[in-house]
Amino acid sequence: MREPSIDAAGTALEPALCRLQVNGETRTCAIPPNTTLLDALRYELGLTGSKQGCDKGDCGACTVVVDDQPVLACISLAFACQGREIVTIEGVAESGRPHPLQDELDLCGGAQCGFCTPGILMSAWALLRANPRPKREEIAHALSGNLCRCTGYTKIFEAVERAAARLPERS
Amino acid sequence: MAIPGGRVMPREDRLKPPEWPGGRSGAPHGAFSVIGKRNRKIEGLAKVTGRAIYADDIALPRMLHAKIKRSIHAHARILSIDARDALAMPGVHAVITGRDLPEYFGIIPWTQDEQALCEEKARYVGDAIAAVAADSEYLADEALSRIRVEYEPLPAVTGIDEALAHPEWRVNEKSAEGNLSKHVHLEFGDVDGELGRSDVVIEAEYWYEGSTHAPIEPHCCVADFDATGFLTLYSSTQVAHYLHRDLARVLGLPPQRIRVIQPVVGGAFGGKSEPFSLEFCAARLSMTTGRPVKILYTREEVFYAHRGRHPMRLSYRTGIRRDGTLTGVDARILIDGGAYSSFGLVTTYYSGQLLTAPYRMGAYRFDSTRVFTNKPCCGPKRGHGSVQPRFAFECQIDKLAEAIGRDPIEVRRANFLGENTRTVNGMRVTSNGFLECLEAVENASGWKQKFRRLPYGRGVGVAGSMYISGTNYCIYPNEMPQSGVQIKLDRSGRATVFCGASDIGQGSDSVLAYVVAEELGLDLGDIRVVAADTDLTPVDLGSYSSRETFMVGNACLDAARKLRLLIQQALSERWGCGRDEITLAAGVACSIRDPGRECMSVREAFQVAEARHGTLGSVGWYQSPKLGGDYRGGTIGASPAYSFTAHVAEVDCDLETGFVRVKTLWVAHDCGRALNPVTVEGQMEGSAYMGFAEALMEEQVFKPGTPAHGAGLHHGPSLLDYRIPTSLDTPELHSIIIESIDPEGPYGAKEAGEGPLHPSVPAIANAIYDAIGIRCDALPFHPPRILRQLRSGDPRAAWERARAGVPAGR
Repeated sequence: MREPSIDAAGTALEPALCRLQVNGETRTCAIPPNTTLLDALRYELGLTGSKQGCDKGDCGACTVVVDDQPVLACISLAFACQGREIVTIEGVAESGRPHPLQDELDLCGGAQCGFCTPGILMSAWALLRANPRPKREEIAHALSGNLCRCTGYTKIFEAVERAAARLPERS
Repeated sequence: MAIPGGRVMPREDRLKPPEWPGGRSGAPHGAFSVIGKRNRKIEGLAKVTGRAIYADDIALPRMLHAKIKRSIHAHARILSIDARDALAMPGVHAVITGRDLPEYFGIIPWTQDEQALCEEKARYVGDAIAAVAADSEYLADEALSRIRVEYEPLPAVTGIDEALAHPEWRVNEKSAEGNLSKHVHLEFGDVDGELGRSDVVIEAEYWYEGSTHAPIEPHCCVADFDATGFLTLYSSTQVAHYLHRDLARVLGLPPQRIRVIQPVVGGAFGGKSEPFSLEFCAARLSMTTGRPVKILYTREEVFYAHRGRHPMRLSYRTGIRRDGTLTGVDARILIDGGAYSSFGLVTTYYSGQLLTAPYRMGAYRFDSTRVFTNKPCCGPKRGHGSVQPRFAFECQIDKLAEAIGRDPIEVRRANFLGENTRTVNGMRVTSNGFLECLEAVENASGWKQKFRRLPYGRGVGVAGSMYISGTNYCIYPNEMPQSGVQIKLDRSGRATVFCGASDIGQGSDSVLAYVVAEELGLDLGDIRVVAADTDLTPVDLGSYSSRETFMVGNACLDAARKLRLLIQQALSERWGCGRDEITLAAGVACSIRDPGRECMSVREAFQVAEARHGTLGSVGWYQSPKLGGDYRGGTIGASPAYSFTAHVAEVDCDLETGFVRVKTLWVAHDCGRALNPVTVEGQMEGSAYMGFAEALMEEQVFKPGTPAHGAGLHHGPSLLDYRIPTSLDTPELHSIIIESIDPEGPYGAKEAGEGPLHPSVPAIANAIYDAIGIRCDALPFHPPRILRQLRSGDPRAAWERARAGVPAGR
C-alpha cells in the first residue's frame, strides 16, 4: 500500500471515494485526490498486472487502455479516469482463455522477464482494435512508448503480426 | 566469480559428476521429443496475463514502507545525523543509520568494503546514509526530508586520471594503496619477440564508456522478521544464495534462521547479482519494528545502485604477419570502478583473461588496473569485463586486416583457435563452432557483395567473440557442488523440481522442466518448478557468468536420469525385459520389444516404481572439473565450455548530421545444442540489441570533478535522459543458431545469454569505417563524435584507400 496521504507541504490529504470502470466492472476505493491511476489499480484494487518501472511516464510498463487509448497510468490521476472505460492486462483474456495477443507473445518468446509485457500488450491491444492489420512500421510506432530491455523487440513484432492474423479483420 | 589465484587452489580430489553411459549430449531414447523444440516457457502464460508475482506485487499484513536517505555529495565525511524530527512524525516507526548495520559486506570475500548505510563517509552522490520505516511510502519520503545530515565535503575523484594523480584523495579506505582497487599483470609467451617478428604492428587507444543495465523492474524487497526470530526476505535478486550468506553476516543472524525467496524478477542483466542496501535495511527495520517492511527503489535509485559496465581506457599493440597470422598482443587497461569493489577483482582479471579465443595468438600480455572513484559502483553487466577489451581487439583485427590487404573475415578464419585445444593463457577449449558462425553471417549478410563495395555512407563490419558457460569456481572457496537439483515424483503423474537456480527471464526454470520432461516422458504441464527459495531448494549459485543452462541443466539431467533408471528397473522386472528396452516418452512407458502389450502411462509407471523402490525422489548435482592455468589467477576465466559468436553489422551514416543508423545485425552464435531455439534466439537478439545500445546511445556519465558545482552528479538518472533504444531505434536482428554439441553440456548445450552481446559494438565500429572511412575508437558513436571526426582530416580519402586496398575479385 502506497497511501499518498500527505501533499508536498506535508499536510494530510483526506481520502475520497473514487469510482472506476475497470475491465467491465465498477470498482470503488477511498483514495486521496493525488493518487495515480497506477497506484489505485495496483495497491487499492489488487490489479497488480500493470507494472511500475519509472513512475514518471518514461518506460510504458504501466500502460492501460482508457476509452480505447493507451494511457500511462503512473502519470494519470485516478479521479480523472472516473466515468471512463479502463482495460488492464487482467481484462484482456476472454472467459479465462488467453487473448491471441497473449498467446502469441508467449509462443513467440515475446516475453522474457515479462515486466514490460503488460504495457506492451495493452499498447498492442489498442493498436489492433484501431488497426486490425498493422504493418510492421505501424507496430513499431505503436510500441515506441514501451521500453523492453530483454527482447530487442523482434519477437514482439512477430507476435503482434501473428495475433493480428488470428483476429477478425474488423473488430 | 572465481578464486583469486594463489590463495586457495581447487583440490585434486574434488567431486566429479557421475558419468552416464553414452555421455550427456544424446537423447535418452534416440530422438528428442522435448529438447530442441520451439516450446513455451513454463511461466510464459502467467507473464502475459499479468498473473506473475514480482517483488512489488507482494503485500503482507501490517507491512511498513521504507525509504533510504542518500548523500548529496560525491565525497563527504558524515559529521552528524539528526533524525529526531523524522521520528517525531506520526506514522514513522523507525530510523536506522550506519551504526545499526556496521558490518562490511561485498560479493567477493577478499574485498568486503561496503556498508548498507555509510557510517563515516559518503563516497558518491546517492550513497546510502539512513533509512526510515513508515506507514506509507509518501510518509517515509517526507520523513527523509526531515533527517538532517551534517557533511564535511571532501575533494571528489571523478575519473581514472584523477584517481591515479591524487592517491591522497582516498575514495575507499579498504584499498591497499591510494585509489587502487586491483592490479593484474600476466604474460604468456614472448610478446616483445612476437611483436618484433611481425610485418605490421598497430597501436591504438580505445575508450569504452560506462553504461547501466536498466532492467525495467526497479530493485524491490520485502523483509519479514517474525516473533520466533526467523527472517524471510523476498527480493528481486539473481543470486539468492550469496544474498543469504551476506544477510547472515551483516545482520548477525544464524544463516539457518534466514529464508531468501526470489519472486519473478523483471530483468537483471547482472544488475541484481549482489546484495544491495535495500535488503539489509528492510531486514534491519523489520527486526526493529517487528513488522514486515518493503523497500522499492525509485528509478533514480536504480541508477545509483548501478554495478554496470566499467568505463575502460584500453591501449593495444597487436602484430600480424603478411600471411595473416596474429603474433603478439600487448594490452594496458585502466578501469574506472566507482566507489566500491563489487566484482572488481574478477572484472580486472576478466579484462585480460577472456580475450584469448576464438583466435590463436602467438603471445599475450595484459596489465589491468582498476581504480576507485566517487561514482556509483561498477560491476558485472552482461558480458562482464570482456565486452570492452573485445571491442578494442576486434577493431585492432580490422585495422590489421586492412594493413595487409586481407578480408577481415579471412583473417579471423586464418587465426581460428580450433576445438579440443588450449588457449595461450591455459584455458581448455572443447567444442568450438566459430568457423560455422563466421560462415553463417558472411552468407546471410551478403558480405562478399557488400564489403568495400557499398556507396559512401553505407558499410558493413564484422567481429567475433567467445564467452564462458559458467565460471569454473564458486565465489567463495569450497568443494561443494555449484548446482543442486531435487526431484520429487508423485503418484498422480506429476514431477516437482526443486533448484536454487535464478530465472531472470532467460528461462532457467524452463530448462529444468525441459530436461525432466525429456528424461521422464512427461508433458511440460505436468512438471512444477520450485526455484530460488533457500528453504525449499538445494543451492545453485545463481544467475551470473552464463552458468545456468550448463550447470543447472547438468544437475537436473543427473537427478532425472537417476529416477528414469529406477522406473526402468521396476518395469523391466515386471515385463521381464532389459532395462534399456524401456522407454518413457510422450506420457507413455513401454518396452521396445512389445510396445503394444508392454505399455502403460507414465503415471502408472511411477506407481509401479514407487511400489518397487519406495517413495520416489532423487538428487542431482553439478561440479565442474578442475580447470585453469597453473599460475596465480589461472582459475579466473576457466569454464567447462565456451560459446562463440560472430556478427555482421550493416550501417547507414548521415553525413550531414553524423547520425549512424544500424540497419541490420546478423548474429550467429554457437550455443552447443539449443534446448529451446525460441529462448536461444531471444537471448541472441536481446544481447545484440544491448550491444547496439552501448555502441550508439548509452552513457552512464557524471559531472566532472572540476571546481564546478555538482561534481559526481549523474548526468540524468531517468529512462528519459539515459536513452535506451525504443522499438523505433532498434535495428533488424537476424539470429542464426550454430550447434556444436558440447561433450560436457546438458544434451550438448552451452551458454547463449551474454556471448552474443560482445561482437555488436566492434562490428558496428568496423561497419562505420567501411561506410565513411572513420575509425570509432571511443564509445558511444553518437552524432557529435561522428561529426567531429568527419570534419577533421579527410575521411573520404581514407575510405577510398581502404577500398583500393582489398585485392580485386573479392
